Amino acid sequence: MKMRTWMAGLAVAALTAGVAFGSAQAADTVKIGMVTTLSTGAGYLGQDVRDGFMLAVTEEGGKLGGIPVEVLVEDDGRKPGTGKQITERFLKRDKVEIVTGVIFSNISPVVAPLTLKAGAFYISPNSGPSNFAGKQCDKNYFAVAWQNDTLHEAAGQNAKNLGYTEAFILAPNYQAGKDALTGFKRYFKGKIVGEVYTKLGQTDYAAEIAKIRDANPQMVFHFLPGGMGINFLKQYVQAGLKDKIPLVLAAPSMDYKIMNAVGDMALGIHNSSHWNHDLDNPANKAFLAGFEKAYGRVPTVYASQGYDTAKLIASALAATGGKVMADPDAFRAALEKADFASVRGPFKFGANHHPIHRWYSRVVEKGADGKLVNKTTGVIMEDHQDAYVGECKM
Amino acid sequence: MLLFLEQLLNGLQLGVFLFLVAAGLTLIFGIMGLINLAHGSLYMIGAFAAATVTNWTGSFLVGLLAALPITAAVGMAIEFVVMRRLYDRDHLDQVLATFGLILFFNELIAMIWGRPPLFMTVPDILNGTVEIIPGIPYPIYRVVIIGVGVLVALVLYGVIARTRVGMLIRAGSTHREMVGALGVNIRVLYTLLFGFGAIFAGLAGAMAGPLMSVQVGMGEGILILAFVVIVIGGIGSVRGALVGALLVGVVDTMGRAFLPTLLKTMLPPAEADGIGAGLSSMAIYLLMAVVLVWKPRGLFPAHG
Repeated sequence: MKMRTWMAGLAVAALTAGVAFGSAQAADTVKIGMVTTLSTGAGYLGQDVRDGFMLAVTEEGGKLGGIPVEVLVEDDGRKPGTGKQITERFLKRDKVEIVTGVIFSNISPVVAPLTLKAGAFYISPNSGPSNFAGKQCDKNYFAVAWQNDTLHEAAGQNAKNLGYTEAFILAPNYQAGKDALTGFKRYFKGKIVGEVYTKLGQTDYAAEIAKIRDANPQMVFHFLPGGMGINFLKQYVQAGLKDKIPLVLAAPSMDYKIMNAVGDMALGIHNSSHWNHDLDNPANKAFLAGFEKAYGRVPTVYASQGYDTAKLIASALAATGGKVMADPDAFRAALEKADFASVRGPFKFGANHHPIHRWYSRVVEKGADGKLVNKTTGVIMEDHQDAYVGECKM
Repeated sequence: MLLFLEQLLNGLQLGVFLFLVAAGLTLIFGIMGLINLAHGSLYMIGAFAAATVTNWTGSFLVGLLAALPITAAVGMAIEFVVMRRLYDRDHLDQVLATFGLILFFNELIAMIWGRPPLFMTVPDILNGTVEIIPGIPYPIYRVVIIGVGVLVALVLYGVIARTRVGMLIRAGSTHREMVGALGVNIRVLYTLLFGFGAIFAGLAGAMAGPLMSVQVGMGEGILILAFVVIVIGGIGSVRGALVGALLVGVVDTMGRAFLPTLLKTMLPPAEADGIGAGLSSMAIYLLMAVVLVWKPRGLFPAHG
């Protein structure tokens, strides 16, 4: 009888050990939490970041850099409060070691500090507000896409390269809008004949368009993301101004979803980006083919950023053998090296963990199949770095 | 001076467009006593229906005409399924239920059409400009919107003031039980009226398609403006909606057009830009506050 109890105890011990061993196995899987925007009008941004990221994971059969990963995806609905809840759950309950996915700059000021406080890594596939590039920079904060201002700095430089010396500029009256116009002016250096701040979510632009006609500038730059930019372009074309006063825009104002919504109205619009479909490098070709095969659609720039983010994480995981928070110094050093082939071409991190990369000029044309495409026309800036790196003391 | 005239015209045109949206809302609000937040959803459905049919057939006119019965049908279905249960409830219940409808329709549209904005354009003849004021080319399409708005105002006035149905509607709004006792099927009348209101929302949405981004949630911003319009005009009054819409359109446009420049004569440019932008987006709400202090029931209250 006693013997039997002892045997049973042994069996239980063995089982427990087995379970413990099993969970030790599971702990080798690196958990990645993705807080992203899948709903609202801007939901396609988060969907493409997610799909680009997951493409890299699927290519390796559920691994990144040879290390098994589990990616948890949640929708923040573009609301900071929701983003906070998700992040807390990811960090406390699910024990994620890397947080990524954030699209908008109203979400990152909530999600990033929570993540960094928990000692986890924050790797942004899109949003890059100025404070995290400058004074509030952090050793565990990385931005893969860009620093927000650089989008507009590239547009400003592009406008200058195109030979324009005076511009009319407009943006919505909120922080990102003001940053955009500041970024544009930083590199344009020409005369600003009009600077207008509009309402966020404005639908009618007749008053602004009348002002533009009256000012009669050489060109117009605006940062009206999403629906606002579509409203503006439709009304601008109907007012007969597009051919007289050309638009020079930044990447978020001219992705192919927007081109689909405005059709031929987009023809001939100059814009700038850090990535394009037609970039001739092997990583980009593999990415395009893989994405279209997996999802049956053309990737946007956001998908390319999601893919790059996953590839960056893969390179660091491979270097540390899957150790993230177990050896943060090694993981950080591996991330800083950025030892991966970016789909956008040359890529490295600056001292503030923000990209140093190329900006390309593009123009909207009609492709051979009659569909609109953004064609790369040249390089605007080589190895461009943001303006805040000097303020970052890490 | 020319710029001033042009901005005035822009303001009137925005006003006429807001009237298109607000007309249906004020009818339902004033006559049926129902707060319908889902009016913006009907506007969105009108735009999506018009865009889809226009892209299928290649004809904007067909798209526009198809949008009307579609939104009317959706409107009547909403009335039959949801609104009927809300007539005797207080306004808070109505707000909650119709807010739920906004969420429902946003998700439904996203499931059917997806989230990226839809393509919609107008025939080339409407895409050009015409010089109404010499020296100022004005988009033909905006002139068409003014025309449609005036037409809608006339039709509404004619139906409500001059026809038997209009008489029943007016009677039903003030003496619901009495009209029922006289043998009029008030339930059917209300269903039809709701469909009628929905048609105006759909028409406004279809007309907005070529001018604005056709996307999920496009109705919400417009809805707030439409409520401002009918509160200023007097809830339930079509005449009030017209006057309120024109006032809001002109004040909003003139504010955006001239406030920042005006402030620059008094303040440093950077501050003037910020304050001007802030003030001009507040202008219509200030207008509403002033009107309500002066006339708490709006400019043209519907019932005594």
